[in-house]
Amino acid sequence: MKWNKKVVVRVLAIVLSYVLITVLLRMGLLNRQYTALLVPIGVNIMLAVSLNLVTGFLGELSLGHAGFMSIGAYAGALFTLNVNMPSGISILLAMIIGGVAAAVFGFLIGVPVLRLRGDYLAIVTLAFGEIIKSVLNALSFTNGARGLSKIPSYTNYEHYTLVFVVAVITVLVISNIVDSRHGRAVCSVRDNYIAAESIGISVSRFKILAFVIGAFFAGVAGVIYAHNVGIIKPTTFDYNKSIEILVIVVLGGMGSIKGSIIAAVILTALPELLRGADDLRMLLYSIALIVMMLFNQSGIRERIKGRIESSRKQKAGE
Amino acid sequence: MRMALLEVKNLGISFGGLKAVDNFNVSIEKGELYGLIGPNGAGKTTVFNLLTGVYQPNTGTMELDGVNLVGKSPSEICRSGIARTFQNIRLFKKLSVRDNVKVALHNDVEYSLLASIFRLPSYFSREKAMNEKSREILEVFGLEEYENSYAANLPYGKQRELEIARALATEPKLLLLDEPAAGMNPNETAELMETIKLIRDKFDITILLIEHDMKLVAGICERLTVLNFGTELASGETSEVLNDPKVITAYLGE
Repeated sequence: MKWNKKVVVRVLAIVLSYVLITVLLRMGLLNRQYTALLVPIGVNIMLAVSLNLVTGFLGELSLGHAGFMSIGAYAGALFTLNVNMPSGISILLAMIIGGVAAAVFGFLIGVPVLRLRGDYLAIVTLAFGEIIKSVLNALSFTNGARGLSKIPSYTNYEHYTLVFVVAVITVLVISNIVDSRHGRAVCSVRDNYIAAESIGISVSRFKILAFVIGAFFAGVAGVIYAHNVGIIKPTTFDYNKSIEILVIVVLGGMGSIKGSIIAAVILTALPELLRGADDLRMLLYSIALIVMMLFNQSGIRERIKGRIESSRKQKAGE
Repeated sequence: MRMALLEVKNLGISFGGLKAVDNFNVSIEKGELYGLIGPNGAGKTTVFNLLTGVYQPNTGTMELDGVNLVGKSPSEICRSGIARTFQNIRLFKKLSVRDNVKVALHNDVEYSLLASIFRLPSYFSREKAMNEKSREILEVFGLEEYENSYAANLPYGKQRELEIARALATEPKLLLLDEPAAGMNPNETAELMETIKLIRDKFDITILLIEHDMKLVAGICERLTVLNFGTELASGETSEVLNDPKVITAYLGE
């Protein structure tokens, strides 16, 4: 059966990548620089996949994803800083609290933007991200511009299993939603909201659903991020961070979860790989981005694929 | 006497100073094939938009099976039993042909969000039911061979049919077809006429259609209303209306 094959492939992919990470770590094949990347890669996968739900599947450009991440990060960090619990329970609760807090804001932002579409909605989400940043800057319990520090490192690379599991859960939940009646409804809103309404889909409901779920996982990613780096400031979650996540989604392909995962791995690792180039690092990173976008979009990939296939056929014919 | 399925009285809407539709009345009986014709800009599609809740009327009443339609949103109106197609095709282009129909089954075959996240048994059983149902509907139009291709990749005529299939999947009492034969050649139109009659009988529904192709109108519509400048010019039995001098003047000029 087709469906079984899909599940087998998924399980294999999850197990293999976990084994690969474990082996690399245990054998000491990764230096410190690269082991430090493991958790950020997981965080970026979660951010990209959750943004993809809003941007790729619902079809609304959201430029405020870092805002949801920051709410999760602050909520989670404030929780672990103020309670005295075993680290395992503490981080799990923090993730739930961070995710729920972000989801509440996802709902709050989702309601007023229901009437907006396209560019207008993008601008509102951009403003939302900036407002969150300013509010975090102004409040006293978030410690203003200095931010929160000494956040217990519950998600450093030693806890890679936890981060791995949470990232896998994120990907599975979102891809399960996409491949269901709810996901189809979300996609129908993207493709043609007038037609979606005409067949009885409540457009507002599914817009909010996508925003809330996207925000929830961005919040959870924020919690992991906060407990990985130990220090968070409002400026960490500015507009650049939102764009960074958006770039991953666009590069991986709108509406492609697999693509988001691969792009998150590449784009998180790339700046580190280019560290040897010193001053030219960001320049090379930008060039690499442009080349990858061209490769992805201009049909070069299709042409190469076609050529490989035709040469294969030739060989088979001979 | 047959009971009227759709009862529209004194329906009107203006955009700025323009009365797009004024004092429109129609009473369509169950199982009827009713035509709405008129020159370009006569307000035919506006009537459809009023009936489906895309616009809210300024005056008048609309009832489907005795249930009021005024003030309802498009999705609520769909749930109360009106489905439509569009003059300019509006498919879900990046979804497969099968999924286009499955989306329309959304309110009919339900399972919870938790069932889809955790892949509970209800997800599998309902998805299976959806697949079977969508296949049945696609088979009526001979679209089952395209099931897995993107809607955008279908040939034009097939896209029109898929739109009708999608509308039918919502199990409407009344189906509104907005220029179903637009852009089709005579052969395709003839085929479409047969299909429309077939779905009326097979799905036991009532059909109201807008059309410019007089052959199609004369061939399948039992009664007609002619609109001109937003008002009713004539209505009644198809053959009488089409021979009405007023109607001929509106179409061909003095």
